[in-house]
Amino acid sequence: MKAIIHIGLKPGVLDPQGRTIARSLAHMGFDQVLGARQGKIIELALKGNDAVAAEAQVKDMCEKLLANTVIENYRFEIVAQD
Amino acid sequence: MRSAVIVFPASNCDRDAAIALAKITGREPLMVWHEETTLPQVDFVVIPGGFSYGDYLRSGAIAARSPIMQDIVRKAGAGLPVAGFCNGFQVLTEAGLLPGALMRNKGLRFVCRPQTLKITNKTSMFTKAYKDQDEITVPIAHFDGNYYADDETLRGLRKSGQIIFKYVDNPNGSINDIAGISNKAGNVLGMMPHPERAIDALHGGTDGILLFKSVLESMR
Repeated sequence: MKAIIHIGLKPGVLDPQGRTIARSLAHMGFDQVLGARQGKIIELALKGNDAVAAEAQVKDMCEKLLANTVIENYRFEIVAQD
Repeated sequence: MRSAVIVFPASNCDRDAAIALAKITGREPLMVWHEETTLPQVDFVVIPGGFSYGDYLRSGAIAARSPIMQDIVRKAGAGLPVAGFCNGFQVLTEAGLLPGALMRNKGLRFVCRPQTLKITNKTSMFTKAYKDQDEITVPIAHFDGNYYADDETLRGLRKSGQIIFKYVDNPNGSINDIAGISNKAGNVLGMMPHPERAIDALHGGTDGILLFKSVLESMR
């Protein structure tokens, strides 16, 4: 199994990198872009195949290390290994 | 006063902190490696600046979960004075000893220059020796110094006198110009500027000395 974790800044927290990306896209002529938010993806290889147990563990990992919940939100999915 | 400096992989102000502590306290600090699980008996701990663990994941995030930090969190909770400068501030917020978080500078640039600070609480154990001074100038050198806290946290900081330093001419977008804060009990300080790099006139200024003297005076 693996866990795919998406981490991003909470709404309302200023994201200067996202803003710069949006501005650059606008400069390039992509006039549909209203804004951009930058985040990160962490993929974890997990042993076993108990998705319910994995879900609880990954949530704990996000709370304790992977995300800083003062400024960041996270969401994740547990998927079968390719 | 016995002191300790915590050393993480890629700390780079640990020697500066050690020199400052030796000069001002008259005793060489203990250099404590991050893999230690027990902090030696000391009166004051400095978490130094640098790029602990290469700033991987988030600045200070990995260092905050290192073995020595678990003991520091415990002892700081029991009143041990702890100060974190620059990366040390990031480590203290990540460890939950200080509220809020430090994010990428608003201007997306590494800022490195002398910085004037307003001392906004002169009764703290880290600033009480600055009797005749309202402002100090010390170096800053950081990429992730943009302090953020939600409104409720900010109200709490203001109410309890936990905002210790503010920037004059905000260099990084920090909310309310915050440069340094303490915990509610007042024994843990975090600040992005580097007082440990301002202890020798040959290096451009000595405004950092009284911060260490304040701690020393508080021990008496």
